Amino acid sequence: MSQPHQPEMLSGGAMLIQALHDEGVEYVYGYPGGAVLHIYDALFQQNNVKHVLVRHEQAATHMADAYARASGKAGVVLVTSGPGATNAVTGIATAYMDSIPMVVICGQVMSHLIGDDAFQETDMLGISRPIVKHNMSVRRPEDIPYLVKKAFYIAQSGRPGPVVLDIPKDMTMPNQKFPYQYPKDIKLRSYNPNAKGHPGQIKKALATILAAKKPVLYAGGGVILGRASEELTELAKRLNLPVTNTLMGLGAYPATDPQFIGMLGMHGSFEANQVMHNADVIFAVGARFDDRVTNATKKFCPNATIIHIDIDPASISKTVTAHIPIVGLVKPVLQEMLSQLDKMAGKPDSTIDAAALSSWWAQINAWREVHGGRYEQRTDLLKPQAVIEAVWRQTNGDAYVTSDVGQHQMFAAQYYKFDKPNRWINSGGLGTMGFGLPAAMGVKLHYPDAEVVCVTGEGSIQMNIQELSTCKQYGLGVKIINLNNGYLGMVKQWQDMNYDSRYSSSYMDSLPDFVKLAEAYGHVGIRVTHPDELEPALARAFALKDRLVFLDIHIDPKEHVYPMQVPGGAMNDMFLSKTERT
Amino acid sequence: MRHIIALLLENESGALARVVGLFAQRGYNIDSLTVAATEDPTMSRLTMVTRGDDQVIEQITKQLHKLIEVVKLVDLSESAHIERELMMVKVKANGDQREEVKRTADIFRAQIIDVSPTTYTIQVVGTSEKLEAFIEALTGTQILETVRTGVSGISRGEKALAL
Repeated sequence: MSQPHQPEMLSGGAMLIQALHDEGVEYVYGYPGGAVLHIYDALFQQNNVKHVLVRHEQAATHMADAYARASGKAGVVLVTSGPGATNAVTGIATAYMDSIPMVVICGQVMSHLIGDDAFQETDMLGISRPIVKHNMSVRRPEDIPYLVKKAFYIAQSGRPGPVVLDIPKDMTMPNQKFPYQYPKDIKLRSYNPNAKGHPGQIKKALATILAAKKPVLYAGGGVILGRASEELTELAKRLNLPVTNTLMGLGAYPATDPQFIGMLGMHGSFEANQVMHNADVIFAVGARFDDRVTNATKKFCPNATIIHIDIDPASISKTVTAHIPIVGLVKPVLQEMLSQLDKMAGKPDSTIDAAALSSWWAQINAWREVHGGRYEQRTDLLKPQAVIEAVWRQTNGDAYVTSDVGQHQMFAAQYYKFDKPNRWINSGGLGTMGFGLPAAMGVKLHYPDAEVVCVTGEGSIQMNIQELSTCKQYGLGVKIINLNNGYLGMVKQWQDMNYDSRYSSSYMDSLPDFVKLAEAYGHVGIRVTHPDELEPALARAFALKDRLVFLDIHIDPKEHVYPMQVPGGAMNDMFLSKTERT
Repeated sequence: MRHIIALLLENESGALARVVGLFAQRGYNIDSLTVAATEDPTMSRLTMVTRGDDQVIEQITKQLHKLIEVVKLVDLSESAHIERELMMVKVKANGDQREEVKRTADIFRAQIIDVSPTTYTIQVVGTSEKLEAFIEALTGTQILETVRTGVSGISRGEKALAL
């Protein structure tokens, strides 16, 4: 008789780290403190799971988040109780709004002290509840492997999201050991996230698309999260559909492809917003009809039959009623559509009306001529759009681009043509300034050979600028494109448009010398103030492969982002420049 | 429209807070809420009365479903069901009023469950409407205190909210 396998005896802290390793986690981002010291000691005693020490917990969450956005796997954060946990809150909310899988491990005071207002005690389960997919507390150390498995399972399945695991300090005592076994599988009776989509609904959707005369494919972040770009592209190609991507969906369909009509929504392209407004069938895939897309919902796309694929039923008919809802993971639903299309070949009604589509494309191409992403060309002044286009050329359109929030974010979204999914990494839902630099770090750490660019502004970069120190420690050679206009640009734009240019607190006085600041942290800083300096500066920066280069680029302080939807209007009510509107 | 939503919830700490928090966060109304463990101690059953148009109720049920600890959910008001609520009312009962209050209680098939020289405590069970009617019928009687359990509900016939 063979001896049954004896499980290893491990402390709670060691079980946690071993469970992370068994889950395939390579890096944990965090910051130590009293309640997590046992866990940090367990980390120290092994080499499988590596820890990245940030300078502020918010940065740890954004690093983990961006890693998840680039790789599709949950990022892991480790913070202490109280202020460590509360500093992570913005990053958790950022991930929640964009459905990013993340596991946040928070220390907690000893179990017997909970509720006593103990030192560094905060009710992290209560604080995080509205901004997590789920949260849990460890009550018995022996539950740790199961709870880690459960946290990853919930974070990564269905509509992904952040999961907080709260661990009281006495759950990780080094001298209390328990048999360790990592569960292979997990099943919850109250959670079954895998839906393939109702075949009848899929058939109906396909028939509706095939009967359309003015169809549009509107694809969002769900296509990226659901790894369904290939299927989406194939379907769009086979049916010759115009494709628009949301801010979160950029890269889901290749931007340089002629069927791509640009981003839609508040700062979407003229043609994308026109196509949406005039469409007879809107085929929404993994998008959620958010207010920055729809403009006034009452005026939204009056003639369209709406087909909506989403894994989250609550996203369907939340703001705009879907006529043909399909609850399911985007990938299997699109696969089913493709296979139904194959089976229909040769039968009647199995193709889209080519003549109707051709006149639809003629109309679309005419709309393309109206604005076409034009901007003022200047030889004496750096235009932010020109900077993004130069970065796109310099990186062959193949970089990971992270951004902060504001005008620079919109310029990056409009002018960097993303041909691949998972390359555009920004805080779309929450709109978190301070996201860009830590996000770039999270990507660079995992993809050291890839170009990673952080497009930011002088306002946003200062919200997490301390992370330049973390970059030095881990040799993270990201390239920072600081579009410096001396203003909180998007705030200023709104003040220009709605408040008679009264710049209430949108002006940044006393900006640091960013070049010297970068140098003080041990990096390279380059200032660019004239268009002629741009290309050489970029060439120099990107030639410095392993160095962080901070490009402080002084741009036109007066520039606005256009097109811009007119507030309260329909999709196609837009300002096209400071003097033109539809 | 008034809806009665019943759900089975994992009997875990924090699960109730998640349900209540959802209503607060998203601005939904709760008219009443009751919760207790079921015959299976790993599950609680929660009944809530809420209001909203069809779109709001659809969002409420979908959002509740999304909570990891919600096992099963039904909108009882969508089909035949029974609802009951229990109320205890403490009223001033002196002299002639004692007989009057007792008569009213009898009409409503309510029970006097506690008596003092100057008060009655009456228990009424029924739909929320009946409870309200009873309070109305007590006009002229001084109500010292009322307490209501909130609505519990169950489907008629063989339909059951169970695993």
